[in-house]
Amino acid sequence: MQHIVVIGNGMVGHKFCDLFSRHPRRGEFRLSVFGEEGRPAYDRVHLSAYFTDRDADKLTLAPRAWYAEHGMELRTGERVTAIDTGQRRLQTARGESYPYDYLVLATGSAPFVPPVPGCDREGVFVYRTIEDLDAILDYAERIRHRTGARCAVMGGGLLGLEAAKATLDMGLATDVIEFAPRLMPRQLDDEGGATLRGSLEKLGLSVHLSRSTTAIGGNGCISHLEFADGSRLDADMLIISAGIRPRDELARAAGIEVGPRGGILADAHMRTSAADVFVIGEAALYREMIYGLVAPGYEMARVALGTIMADADCGCMPDAIDLSTKLKLIGTDVASFGDCFPETGTARSITFHDEAAGVYKRINISPDGKRLLGGILVGDAADYNMLHQIYRNGMALPPQPEDLILGARGGGGDAGAGVLDLPDAAVICSCENITKGRLCGALDAGEADSVKGLVACTGAGTGCGGCKPILSDLVDNYMKARGKVVRNTICEHFDYTRQELRDLVVLKGIGSYDAALDELGRGGGCEVCKPVLAGIFATVTAETANPQAVIQDTNDRFLANIQRNGTYSVVPRVPGGEITPEKLIAIGAVAKKYRLYTKITGGQRIDLFGARLDQLPPIWEELIAAGFESGHAYGKSLRTVKSCVGSTWCRYGMDDSVSFAIEIEERYKGLRSPHKLKGGVSGCIRECAEARGKDFGLIAVEEGYNLYVCGNGGARPRHAELLAGPVDRQTAVRYLDRFLMFYLRTAGPLVRTAKWLEGLEGGIAYLRSVVVDDALGLADELEREMQGLVEGYRCEWREAVETPELRARFRPFVNTEETEELEFVPLREQQMPKPW
Amino acid sequence: MTAYHTILPEQVTTWVRAGRTTQFPVGAGATIKVGDRQIAVFYFHRTDRWYACQNLCPHKLENVLGRGLTGEQDGVPKVACPLHKRTFSLETGANLNGDCPPLAVYPVTIRDGEVFVGIDD
Repeated sequence: MQHIVVIGNGMVGHKFCDLFSRHPRRGEFRLSVFGEEGRPAYDRVHLSAYFTDRDADKLTLAPRAWYAEHGMELRTGERVTAIDTGQRRLQTARGESYPYDYLVLATGSAPFVPPVPGCDREGVFVYRTIEDLDAILDYAERIRHRTGARCAVMGGGLLGLEAAKATLDMGLATDVIEFAPRLMPRQLDDEGGATLRGSLEKLGLSVHLSRSTTAIGGNGCISHLEFADGSRLDADMLIISAGIRPRDELARAAGIEVGPRGGILADAHMRTSAADVFVIGEAALYREMIYGLVAPGYEMARVALGTIMADADCGCMPDAIDLSTKLKLIGTDVASFGDCFPETGTARSITFHDEAAGVYKRINISPDGKRLLGGILVGDAADYNMLHQIYRNGMALPPQPEDLILGARGGGGDAGAGVLDLPDAAVICSCENITKGRLCGALDAGEADSVKGLVACTGAGTGCGGCKPILSDLVDNYMKARGKVVRNTICEHFDYTRQELRDLVVLKGIGSYDAALDELGRGGGCEVCKPVLAGIFATVTAETANPQAVIQDTNDRFLANIQRNGTYSVVPRVPGGEITPEKLIAIGAVAKKYRLYTKITGGQRIDLFGARLDQLPPIWEELIAAGFESGHAYGKSLRTVKSCVGSTWCRYGMDDSVSFAIEIEERYKGLRSPHKLKGGVSGCIRECAEARGKDFGLIAVEEGYNLYVCGNGGARPRHAELLAGPVDRQTAVRYLDRFLMFYLRTAGPLVRTAKWLEGLEGGIAYLRSVVVDDALGLADELEREMQGLVEGYRCEWREAVETPELRARFRPFVNTEETEELEFVPLREQQMPKPW
Repeated sequence: MTAYHTILPEQVTTWVRAGRTTQFPVGAGATIKVGDRQIAVFYFHRTDRWYACQNLCPHKLENVLGRGLTGEQDGVPKVACPLHKRTFSLETGANLNGDCPPLAVYPVTIRDGEVFVGIDD
């Protein structure tokens, strides 16, 4: 049995093992892997995710046990120190010696640290391994509390910008220093770089271009950087991300041929100058280039394995490696493909630039206008997958190529539809090398009928995941082409989407759940469709949760939030977070009387926990008497409009944000929606109300307010995007009316604004065209509908306590006057439910 | 949990009066107390059927099922727990979307506008 030894357990080394484990003739070989790092291979592409949760397991590509299960020997933490290509043996740092028949060098690369004096100071880091990230996180934690703590990142490429985002998120003021005159110099042109810079600076990153660092100053630990132009920059820590150098030292010492500037020379089969020694990944120098992307590395692994196994169809590396990339940097899409900077005279470029929106697109087409050569997308890369496929497959361009980046004007163009026109040989998933033909084959054979199914049966999308959107287009269009419509229908009782159901309810004037089930549905209904229809009625006629209490989600049915032990919490509305001492005392008196646990919420109000079902009506009688209304904390509805104190007190305030927040909260209170809605109003760009973390946020600037939409906190935090601004208050409210009503009409159930926007074809630019430019001619209608809902508002708690038959539902037992017996235990002078 | 076990119609020894039919919500549930036990009673108006089960959700052992949303899945009447949306068949008590132990279910009968739940004590 022949023995394959792989040196290096990174992403590409692991890919080799993965392909080996699935190879039909794996039984004829034995495979051993040596890894220098202590842990099995992990996903370096998504390394920055580690900053959020420090969960290394999530990044692991395959657990240690996987290697054993597949009969492979994994030796981590064991560095190979020498190779004897004549004897076909290698030696490790432990002094042991192993034979091989085939050797695969997957030694990867190391971060390049420029030879600058002071780069060994404390507080200077590189960005490559989980251990590097741990060191960065620990150090950042130490310096975070210093006033004005700053982090500098050397290198404005992809990795540097990811590191910069992470330190910005840690609360450090962050400077990015780039040697070149623009950001991401290898992927972007000047205008693209400038557009990206603008977007990053808006988020608070400082960018310094054309800076050559000459010294890292400090006494023991870093305190500042010095540049060739004589300037300096204070820095409490520095992350160096100035490129990579191939790890070729082992090969070099073994006499294997390397390039003049490093990298192990490889032919088109990834063979080195030594017999039966291969090189793959970032250590390989192929056609005078080092490839720092994962897709070419995976292709190398495939070619090397095929050559070793003498596969009939193994093929070799292509002459030109596709360096196209698409990524999301700090919330900004950036993509480049093919030839981004063609020489003058060899191509015609078409560009689109929207400075206000931070969008720049450029495509380069052949002088005869027939082929797409390459391009750059910044700020909006929705077209990337399609453009990339047109480029890769040399497909014919439309008569007006500008349509590719401007969108077809005046005709039902469908951006995703072109996916079916791709040739079968088109590679859709380049990480796994899966073609459109293979994917359609799986769909034809009925092996899959969804993206999830395709991923499961073909492995497409399991690498970088960048092809997921095109997979989704492929499934949708494949199904459409076969007359199958893909729709997210509500449940087994209603074969409609929420939007369709809402349209039908309006069109047919349906006013009750039973009528909807009779006319539009089948069967008896369920816990899914009942609240969806309750929400629809609320957005059509401003119906409260009272008339059809039994179809409401449980919290709405009892107008309170059910908590762990079956008790409820009560949240009165405190618009804008402004509250008088009298009202505070009133809340305190109620809490004291009913022994409720009180806590301040994140939305600037007060939550009273531990009320029994039967106590809810009397509690609310007292709160209503003190001037409170329902806070709708229990509903998929407007929660709060958070505000900072604004110009009435704050010396920085540009406007009275509290008054405006109260106006908006009063306007939309009680509004029910597909998911909860939160708003914020900040009086200046310091953004103390965290308005950009809300579904809608207003930030006062010199000339009025900037209106941001579709942000949220929670499990998948997302900053709201600029919809319009600066605008005056009145205009802001009109835009909000339109935006909210459009969302209320079209979003799926339990889809929050951020996710809704993700699914909206055309994204924020399309939303802006609807809300601001009134491209659909719907503005008046949306405003009118919203006005109807605003005028239809009633406090549903007042309704409930004042109407005896509505109050009956708060009685805990039908057959006795007894109340529930609940157990509480003391907690810091208050009480909490007895633990389970 | 030990206080609750499913009662088949033929096992009933006592019919407990739960209340008048009009005291129960239409298309949802309400709760009654039988000694120390809490029993949830549901009226499905579209099929004109009554069901009863223990009020205690076996998932987290809270007395809340009577406040859950009702529904039907492939013709089986069910209740969804308000705490974590576990759903249970009201015919067999089985957990339909997880691996919780089944609920105890009880026969219900209506006489002269009164609702009775069958137990065996």
